[in-house]
Amino acid sequence: MPPLVTAVGLALFVTYATWRAFANSHYYAAPYVSPFYSPCLASNCQDMKGGADWPLFGSWWGLSPALLVLVFPLGFRLTCYYYRKAYYRGIWSSPPACAVAEPHAKYTGETRFPLILQNSHRYFFYLALVVAGILTYDAVLGFRDEHGNWGHMGLGTLVLLANIALIWAYTVSCHSCRHVIGGKLRHFSRHPVRYRLWGWVGTLTARHMLLAWSSLISVGVADFYVYLVSSGAFDDPRFF
Amino acid sequence: MSSYTAHFKVWRGDADGGGLADYQVEVNDGEVVLDIIHRLQATQAADLAVRWNCKAGKCGSCSAEVNGRPRLMCMTRMSVFSREETVTVTPMRTFPVIRDLVTDVSFNYTKAREVPAFVPPQGVAAGEYRMAQQDVERSQEFRKCIECFLCQNTCHVVRDHDENKPAFSGPRFLMRVAELDMHPLDAAAEAGLDRAASAQDEHGLGYCNITKCCTEVCPEGIHITDNALIPLKERAVDRKYDPLVWLGSKIRRRGQ
Repeated sequence: MPPLVTAVGLALFVTYATWRAFANSHYYAAPYVSPFYSPCLASNCQDMKGGADWPLFGSWWGLSPALLVLVFPLGFRLTCYYYRKAYYRGIWSSPPACAVAEPHAKYTGETRFPLILQNSHRYFFYLALVVAGILTYDAVLGFRDEHGNWGHMGLGTLVLLANIALIWAYTVSCHSCRHVIGGKLRHFSRHPVRYRLWGWVGTLTARHMLLAWSSLISVGVADFYVYLVSSGAFDDPRFF
Repeated sequence: MSSYTAHFKVWRGDADGGGLADYQVEVNDGEVVLDIIHRLQATQAADLAVRWNCKAGKCGSCSAEVNGRPRLMCMTRMSVFSREETVTVTPMRTFPVIRDLVTDVSFNYTKAREVPAFVPPQGVAAGEYRMAQQDVERSQEFRKCIECFLCQNTCHVVRDHDENKPAFSGPRFLMRVAELDMHPLDAAAEAGLDRAASAQDEHGLGYCNITKCCTEVCPEGIHITDNALIPLKERAVDRKYDPLVWLGSKIRRRGQ
């Protein structure tokens, strides 16, 4: 992907996500909750019937509750091996492209603070598993209607399902996941199940860039869909 | 068979300096860049220095930069260029020029010597090694390397920063460390050598910012970044930054 396209794509998403994260409004339209605001960890959240509404931070938190949650997926994506390549090339020009001279006089890579913190990727991967689990729960709640009765499905349910499928695919295709599943083994022959899983994850890992962009777009689309429905700009079409 | 005359610019010079020289040279169907360099030698520039050997993409000798892209000259077909396009051939930029297209790649031999060799397992004689295919296939991918050093040449860590050469072994030799660390019979750990930790401490793995240029230029199609460098980074994290793995290994060692 050309560096300019990468830089523009990331800038657009960061701009949109910053606006939505600080907005603190229009993030819930029963039964749909925006992935930016789930789980809600402060008590200043809107009531989300049966949703992931756990005010662990209590009432002292006065800013948008999204800020408490977004740090986890943000850290996961910021330290992701694909995104590192993307922003090192597209934004930091280190290098701008293969065999193209970089403009920096000095280079220490990921040997020193702060970039040595990129090694924390696996911890963000563990946290991303938790967040993906909660967003799966949110997607399942999309099968309830606005009164909490099961047996509902709207366009929003499909949007949340597509989003969570892509988020899981991106999370599982992570290089740290591939390592934890089986990459660290020396003898695959003694761990046939992990070897098979490692092979499957490797197939996904080869598409990590595609999944990174797809899930980034899908999470933005899911949030925007909830925003449109919540603000009354769009009526959620109901299938049953 | 059709032929045409192409405009070539070839870097001529030595360690003291040089520049691009212009040539008009005949090109025939099916030829590769190395064929044209040989035609130049035969017809216009008998003293043009170029390193080559197999002309089949297997010896790794004819590495150069063709229109700014690091490539094997014998594997770069002339048909990828339009007939009007000027083809510029320069030596690999990361290594000192000896003459014309020939560079001094001894940096790589120095780095190769710094990687401790395979440590034979105790109690298993040579010839008695038995390994399951799935245990060796990861290392086998890295054995496809023809040591053309295009990955070393492209890696910006040393290409743009000569001062990093002492500390950084480059993708080819980090891949060698990965190959040995993944080898089912390598007994380095028993001999007190932690290859994953040494990749970071002694071979400069932390300098790699996984921008995948090594993978992009590899003529053998080895997934250097995905299958060697990133797994090696993850193994280094196991040793150095993961307290759970560290604790687990301590407990297991105590139980042995």
